[in-house]
Amino acid sequence: MFISIFGAMESGIIYAIMALGVYLTFRILDFPDLTVEGSFVTGAAVAASSIVNGIPPITATILAAFAGFIAGCLTGVLHTKGKINPLLAGILMMTALYSINLRIMGQPTISLLQETTLFNQLGSLWSATGIDAFLNNILSTIGLEQLPTTWAILLVMIVITIIIKLLTDYFLKTEVGLALRAIGDNKKMVRSLSANTDLLIIFGVGISNALVATAGGLIGQLGGFADANMGLGLIVIGLASIIIGEALFSTKTIAKATLAVILGAIIYRIIVTLALRIDFMETGDMKMITAIIVIAALVIPRVLQARKENRRRQQKRAQLDQQLRGSSDA
Amino acid sequence: MLKLNNISITFNEGTPDEKKALDNINLELEQGDFITVIGSNGAGKSTLMNVISGNLMPDLGDVVIDGEPMLHLPEYKRSAFVGRVFQDPMAGTSPSMTIEENLAIAYSRNKKRRLRLGVTKQRKGMFKEQLKTLNIGLENRLTAKVGLLSGGERQALSLLMTTFTEPSILLLDEHTAALDPARAALITSLTEEVVRNSGLTTLMVTHNMQQALDLGNRLIMMDKGQIIFDVRGEEKSRLTIEDLLHAFKRIRGIQFEDDRVVLG
Repeated sequence: MFISIFGAMESGIIYAIMALGVYLTFRILDFPDLTVEGSFVTGAAVAASSIVNGIPPITATILAAFAGFIAGCLTGVLHTKGKINPLLAGILMMTALYSINLRIMGQPTISLLQETTLFNQLGSLWSATGIDAFLNNILSTIGLEQLPTTWAILLVMIVITIIIKLLTDYFLKTEVGLALRAIGDNKKMVRSLSANTDLLIIFGVGISNALVATAGGLIGQLGGFADANMGLGLIVIGLASIIIGEALFSTKTIAKATLAVILGAIIYRIIVTLALRIDFMETGDMKMITAIIVIAALVIPRVLQARKENRRRQQKRAQLDQQLRGSSDA
Repeated sequence: MLKLNNISITFNEGTPDEKKALDNINLELEQGDFITVIGSNGAGKSTLMNVISGNLMPDLGDVVIDGEPMLHLPEYKRSAFVGRVFQDPMAGTSPSMTIEENLAIAYSRNKKRRLRLGVTKQRKGMFKEQLKTLNIGLENRLTAKVGLLSGGERQALSLLMTTFTEPSILLLDEHTAALDPARAALITSLTEEVVRNSGLTTLMVTHNMQQALDLGNRLIMMDKGQIIFDVRGEEKSRLTIEDLLHAFKRIRGIQFEDDRVVLG
């Protein structure tokens, strides 16, 4: 139980980077971008084939981000210059990327099990620090029997994700970032205030896909393989993370909203892991579970809100009734 | 300042719906001119605005601002010269962002946008000073979301956002038409004050003849894509609504058919 939740948190914190990317397009730019299903795989493909060809894992991961950026920019160009509807532009790019990803890999799947990945390197550096032994000691004293093999991935990824979050927060407060945020709200105004909306959209979708591809590259290295189909249904996972985060946490400021998205991504992973532990569930049911989570996260807050409103109204009516009765008695 | 040379634009050319929206318009504005534009619906007022702002490309003619030809510039580049307040109070601001963030976006209008913070301490102080001039208490609500403001407040903010970076040309596109009479009066007096203090060269479209007479140093009347009446200075200040209606009848030989213009 603990081990599987631990694993969920490990991948959750990496998927959080992807969710931040989806947040940028979906919420900030109001651009429902389906490119991510392709660019996530592009990230994994570029990272995996680079590593297999002897490129250092850290460089491979940066290359993955760069490839995602290009893919996103192309979607942005299709939409702004080609005047293609955002949804369709994303679908077209995603479809094209499927072939491109196969070309990058040269085969449908690349295994990294024999290769040195970012996380192997991390593990060997980490074991010297003795933090694992320390944390596992604490866990075993509180009576846990199964212990995680390494804390390196979780702790280092938390740091990396937080750094990415802080950079995103800062970016969205810069002059460029402010104009970008206004685009999702009011494109006409941004143009009338002399900002190049086309360029901003292209850049924004590019950054978003760079984040998604980074997550793809890292997930590939964590799982030990890149596969042409690993991006399937990714957009719904991203949306689920955003919606869960927004339903549970405050999104008043940008900093709070991005934190909510990250926590949403982790919670989503934990829910899926727990759901899959139910006996009659199979791995194939994961997509259905995801859909149900998203529907629940969308519907439940609304139902609760409506009930709260109803109760408030009834109370008010009761009060008024009492007052009327009180005055007629007197 | 602003020069329009032989501007013509025809919509739906070659179809039964063909409409000459602007018909050989020539107009020259001096530095500091405040021109009010009236005319019935379909006279070409909005088209004129859109041609100046770069929203529409004319079929013929030139737009020159500060001696620079504008026609080859896309709208976003032209808006470094041309500031515009729209009729819809929702059109000029970003509702999900705060007042200070909106002002920061507007502040970058004629500068290059960089990767440095948009809202700094120093700018905050400056925004506050600017908001004080509106006299509606917005200076104490810098971090409030603009979506929470009323239509009048949003329009006042739009006016400030458009003018405080001093564009070469200020376009006011029936910017009080969507407000209730009290708010409209407030925005009108703010407009008068802002234009007087900054000396911005201004072109204001209005449906309200009284407003057109009260404001500005020059008035033009448009009909069927042409400028049919143009008065300025002393002569304009003596003008009444009656005079305008008479002028229209004299020139066009028909009654001015749009009640909204008279009553609005």
